[in-house]
Amino acid sequence: MNLTLRVWRQKNAKDRGRIVEYKVHDVSPDMSFLEMLDVTNEQLIEKGEEPIAFDHDCREGICGMCGLVINGIPHGPESATTTCQLHMRNFSNGDTITIEPWRARAFPIIRDLIVDRTAFDRIIRVDGKAGGFVSISTGGVPDANAIPIPKDDADLAMDAAACVGCGACVAACPNASAMLFVAAKVGHLGLLPQGQTERHNRVLRMVSQMDKEGFGGCTNMGECAAACPKEISLDFIARMNCDMIKASFVKG
Amino acid sequence: MATDSQVKLDPKIPSGPIEQRWDKHQFEMKLVNPANKRKFTIIVVGTGLGGAAAAASLAELGYNVKSFCYQDSPRRAHSIAAQGGINAAKNYPNDGDSIYRLFYDTVKGGDFRARESNVYRLAQVSVNIIDQCVAQGVPFAREYGGLLDNRSFGGAQVSRTFYARGQTGQQLLLGAYQALSRQIGLGNVEMHSRTEMLDLIVVDGIARGIVTRDMITGKVESYLADAVVLATGGYGNVFYLSTNAKGCNVTASWRAYKRGAFFANPCYTQIHPTCIPVSGDHQSKLTLMSESLRNDGRIWVPKKAGDQRSPDQIPESEREYYLEEKYPSFGNLVPRDVASRNAKLVCDAGRGVGQGGFGVYLDFSDSIKRLGKNVIQERYGNLFDMYQRITAENPYEVPMRIYPAIHYTMGGLWVDYNLMSTIPGLFVLGEANFSDHGANRLGASALMQGLADGYFVLPYTIGNYLAQAKLPKVEVGQAAVREAEVEVTDRNKRLLGINGKRTVDSFHREVGKLLWDKCGMARNDKGLKEALKLIPEIRAEFWKNVRVLGANEEVNQALEKAGRVADFLELAELLCLDALKRTESCGGHFREESQTPDGEALRDDDNFAHAAAWEYAGPKNQPIRNQEPLVFEYVHPSQRSYK
Repeated sequence: MNLTLRVWRQKNAKDRGRIVEYKVHDVSPDMSFLEMLDVTNEQLIEKGEEPIAFDHDCREGICGMCGLVINGIPHGPESATTTCQLHMRNFSNGDTITIEPWRARAFPIIRDLIVDRTAFDRIIRVDGKAGGFVSISTGGVPDANAIPIPKDDADLAMDAAACVGCGACVAACPNASAMLFVAAKVGHLGLLPQGQTERHNRVLRMVSQMDKEGFGGCTNMGECAAACPKEISLDFIARMNCDMIKASFVKG
Repeated sequence: MATDSQVKLDPKIPSGPIEQRWDKHQFEMKLVNPANKRKFTIIVVGTGLGGAAAAASLAELGYNVKSFCYQDSPRRAHSIAAQGGINAAKNYPNDGDSIYRLFYDTVKGGDFRARESNVYRLAQVSVNIIDQCVAQGVPFAREYGGLLDNRSFGGAQVSRTFYARGQTGQQLLLGAYQALSRQIGLGNVEMHSRTEMLDLIVVDGIARGIVTRDMITGKVESYLADAVVLATGGYGNVFYLSTNAKGCNVTASWRAYKRGAFFANPCYTQIHPTCIPVSGDHQSKLTLMSESLRNDGRIWVPKKAGDQRSPDQIPESEREYYLEEKYPSFGNLVPRDVASRNAKLVCDAGRGVGQGGFGVYLDFSDSIKRLGKNVIQERYGNLFDMYQRITAENPYEVPMRIYPAIHYTMGGLWVDYNLMSTIPGLFVLGEANFSDHGANRLGASALMQGLADGYFVLPYTIGNYLAQAKLPKVEVGQAAVREAEVEVTDRNKRLLGINGKRTVDSFHREVGKLLWDKCGMARNDKGLKEALKLIPEIRAEFWKNVRVLGANEEVNQALEKAGRVADFLELAELLCLDALKRTESCGGHFREESQTPDGEALRDDDNFAHAAAWEYAGPKNQPIRNQEPLVFEYVHPSQRSYK
């Protein structure tokens, strides 16, 4: 296939950035989207032009490092699929494809298609006192089978824990809200007995940190869940709102 | 010719019965007083299972920790991609498992090339790992009664593998990441993401810091410490195509090697039997399909060479379930090296399937008939979806096609029982070290080792070192530190200044293909010698003709890659040299000259019951091959049999 790419190029955080058009040839339908970008970059380097910078690592859809807005959709047209798992057979010869970075105030652009997502790390860690973790140290814990957990709860916790932290939910949201990301971690730990002790503090602190990072509020549009490559359900946002209300009463 | 020198490598194995060694050693080790711990700074490079677990645990103990990773977040380290599970000798299923059996299976699975005492300790602490992870909130699979579920894995006849769907590595890593995040939040760990280690600082023979490059600004900086921990993973990407993440590299280990850390058994590379076959020249990486699939999938090829019929047109009588037939007691669950080699044999005989003939079927139709589609979906749904996305074939309806691919490296920096390398103060964890898996790693044991090293071994042994080490003050301005910085800066300048005609990837592909052909699933004297002649030529061409555009003082992914590939081009030579010198077959290292009459790997215990630890001898000299003899007091070496 031969394609026309319209790619966001931006030298660094201070540069204004612009869309640049490239023709790319010899694209096979069996290539992944990132392999298509590899081919484009090889062709650019041969012409003496600097390659397009984009984040990627495992290329198996699990590390959460890759993420491009493809024709306006985070991670592209195929549902439940990260950019690295999207294959070129979803496109046709002669197509024009627009490729942009995640756009959100809390995710500043570093270069080209690379953004800074460290805000997510700060939401997980907060100040080390109740956040996206269970406050236990190594050693001195009970036997793994000491606390039975109903299978349904464990399965639902796993649904939430599957979040890869890619940020597509933020990129998809008209408000650039991080509610789905936060709700996934709050839901995962809140469903398990190990997460109960800090349940109220966790939700209050994580949401407060999310606000501080400059993410927008949630207006239940559902774009986040539609873009999520791991199909994290909106139900977790409802669950988190519930927890928030309870926590506000308990903690004032 | 490399010479076999007799430098004494002291593995520092404690004395006494094997089951008491670790306990005794823990008691005998010196402790650092809680108030003194904060006076020590420890650098941990890498945030996978080993690195994140170590950084969190050390910070909890009170040490000052500085943690580094090249990704944008510590949560992305490649441990996250491990699918199938983690072994532990819990014996919850009551099927006869024990610490001793896990120890035995691991030593045997490693083809009697691992250090017994390390493996026993690994099996001992395996049970603590599961407790730790559950307490962190890792959502392992459970039975309806609420207790933990187990599955079987290759090389074992008990079910001792704990799992979280097909995402066990992800969940364990997120557990460790969360523990690490808590310590970062508390201010006990200083986190440096998007920062790559490019050299080790050794002052008066002791590891005292690292030189790094900030991957956003290009700034080269030194960080100093009282001890350095490398948890930087394996070197499988030297083959270009592997199941590793694209960023996985050998640079940290390689720089440590060039500063005096011995590199052990580089030729022990693991080729995983169940990966999605290569689809074309554009391929940038290979994708693993978890070994757990072999619990319910049956592997077969057509009996007739060149059979082009679609799989549903081939009747049972014309299929060969070659693993079940050849290895009736382990069947499809033979260890990885055996499964891979047999896939190669049938494909080389022209019976492979799919485009190019490099594939075998992994067929779930019997299991779907027996258990129902929903059970298979629950067990492997995400893997089936991934397969379908990549190949556009539905594995519920047509058998998967799989082929072996480079997956893991058992070789790595040599460490003693305390996980310390031959450079005092440099500790090495997880896949980056060499110690626990011998010549072949069993499935679901990498996660176990990473977490064992990070949570339960290093936090003790590093204290013993720090309590006794004499560590004079080091400063950023002093000569050894400045020299290392200048070397890093000059090298980057040199890479940017070549401005040749070929891309970095073209060199990486070239050396990777050469290694796969000459030092892949089967190796022989002639091929290895050819590779050893060609690799220096590729390397010379690289330094003359590579094209790296842009500058150092910006995000420059081509420059990052060029530095890593330059190191791979050196490692490739050591890998082949090690494979050439080890004229026996063992585990993943199959020398065609050394096989049993029925084609199994034939060890030569008289001459090779040792770890080969390579010592760097300068750019002009062959490295020196040192030996650590391996003593088997408990599991007596025998011809491995899975029949």
